[in-house]
Amino acid sequence: MLRIAKFPIAVFALFILVFPWMARQIPAIEHYPDIMVFAGIYCLITIGLSLLMGYAGQISIGHAAFFGIGAYISGILTTNYGMNPWVCMGIGMAVTAVVAALVGTPSLKLKGHYLAMATLAFGIIIFIIFNEEIEWTGGPDGMPGIPGLILFGFEFDSVERYYYLVWGFVLAVFVFTVNVIQSGTGRALRAIHASESAAGAMGVDVARFKILVFVYSAVLASLAGSFYAHYLNFINPATFDLFFSIKLLIMIALGGMHNIWGAIIGTGLITFLSNEWLYYFEEFEVIVYGAILLFVTVLLPEGLAGVPGIIKGWFRR
Amino acid sequence: MEKITLASQLLQYLITGLTVGSVYAMVAVGFNIIYNVTEIINFAQGEFVMLGGLIMVFLHVAIGLPLILAFPATIILVTLVGILLDRLAIRPIRRPSVLTLIIATIAVSILIKGTASLIWGKDPFDLPAFSGRNPITFLGAVVQPQYFWVMGFLIITAVALSIFFDRTILGKAMSACADNPDAASLVGINVKQMILLSFALSAAIGAVAGITITPISLMEYDRGAMLAVKGFAAAILGGLGSFPGAILGGLIMGSIESFGAGLVSSGYKDAFALIVLLVILFFKPSGLMGSTEISKIKRF
Repeated sequence: MLRIAKFPIAVFALFILVFPWMARQIPAIEHYPDIMVFAGIYCLITIGLSLLMGYAGQISIGHAAFFGIGAYISGILTTNYGMNPWVCMGIGMAVTAVVAALVGTPSLKLKGHYLAMATLAFGIIIFIIFNEEIEWTGGPDGMPGIPGLILFGFEFDSVERYYYLVWGFVLAVFVFTVNVIQSGTGRALRAIHASESAAGAMGVDVARFKILVFVYSAVLASLAGSFYAHYLNFINPATFDLFFSIKLLIMIALGGMHNIWGAIIGTGLITFLSNEWLYYFEEFEVIVYGAILLFVTVLLPEGLAGVPGIIKGWFRR
Repeated sequence: MEKITLASQLLQYLITGLTVGSVYAMVAVGFNIIYNVTEIINFAQGEFVMLGGLIMVFLHVAIGLPLILAFPATIILVTLVGILLDRLAIRPIRRPSVLTLIIATIAVSILIKGTASLIWGKDPFDLPAFSGRNPITFLGAVVQPQYFWVMGFLIITAVALSIFFDRTILGKAMSACADNPDAASLVGINVKQMILLSFALSAAIGAVAGITITPISLMEYDRGAMLAVKGFAAAILGGLGSFPGAILGGLIMGSIESFGAGLVSSGYKDAFALIVLLVILFFKPSGLMGSTEISKIKRF
């Protein structure tokens, strides 16, 4: 599980490269690059979350908050103070890192469900702040007029341009994370997942690694939030509610949390599901999500990424 | 109109806080029952409360069953949901870990929430108060008769549970599972049945909480998550696993929320309990009445 083949990554990168061209050829999926931008933004979060949950075995139900902090810092600093969006993005990530370290240091000392509840409570508190600090955030009505991104005079003003920007970042983060998994850090994380005390006895600095991964995943969520704000030019608190944190959980569980590919697969599927295919379900949407999550947890603990393994198992017998 | 003094205002906050706190206490007791037997934190605990309120509205208001019939019928229906939760989501998991168990109960909670929004829609529902809505004035504070019902049912629940766990064979068998499931099954206790029973019991208590609070605060489909978090905060404050702790924790949590909303900021009403939860988790995760030793030997 620690070895991740390079070939599929190359194929995946090629697919990302040609996808907008493919979409242009087929009228039925013409608008898919737009959805793919969102999928890419969510992938940034779930890649980090997958490292935290699947590899380090820590659960967070509060990542919507980090996503929101990134989005709101970008939104507030660019619209109210006219600051450079890229600088704001950096500030957002730095602030998130500090917040995550402050929340994470005590929570990660806690076991399983304590951490789940601590992150859940943190997420709801941040959500309430987004709603209540109307002077800063615009309250429940949201915050319009967030500028788009420009780099050295090049405007990311079309869906396709933004698509390549976001997915460029996703690929970079993915490759970096794959390298982390295959390094000593990755082995340390797996050891922590298996048994914290055993890992500690072998000389792994359990607390340090847990906080490191937590902060890493939070910073990625913040980056995703900034991209989200600049892409939509509008943010409101409803995007960053508890249900979004749960949706992230569903993405990872569906894809398979013990495999970094699972984050990409699950995020892609759920994003298309909620933006495109679940259109027909309307009110049923939440039930469909619940059913998917329950089905995967009970019957497919390895997620979709584990399906090839299951099929291989059949043939071996 | 009487003059509202600061003292009567504070008394008002306290009484409201204790009433809401009674509901948190019942949710916390529900958490503890399941936690003690299975070491699972049931994230769907709040949905039992929501279901209790809404099913009661359906049976009592829509169908017109008298209170005395609708009340037990609601409890039975919600208990069935609790049993289904164990049978369909918890028991089938082959290799349970904290992560999968938490995710499974979250899955069930959004399933229940989604179903409730389909059945009842998104509007809040009212339930007639059990004994009218003529407020009693007590030292300048206004007390709804329903407040007494809520606190009364907390007391009844607490007494009934302590009799159940201390005096009946079934209750003692459940406590045995909590102490050591392997040893319990060695002496012939059916651990799986005890787990089922714990989910049933805790669903029933959730239903009671939902039924009694709905006449005061109304009930809608998405109330569950917040109730669960606050109930959990109460359970942690009292010390996870401790029943007296849960009740004390619930009452304190309700009071903090009520005073916070009244004196500091009503917009942040929901945040106070959560901030307290974080502070306790960070500084004294074993809670007021919990024991650090016990929390160390727990599996999860």
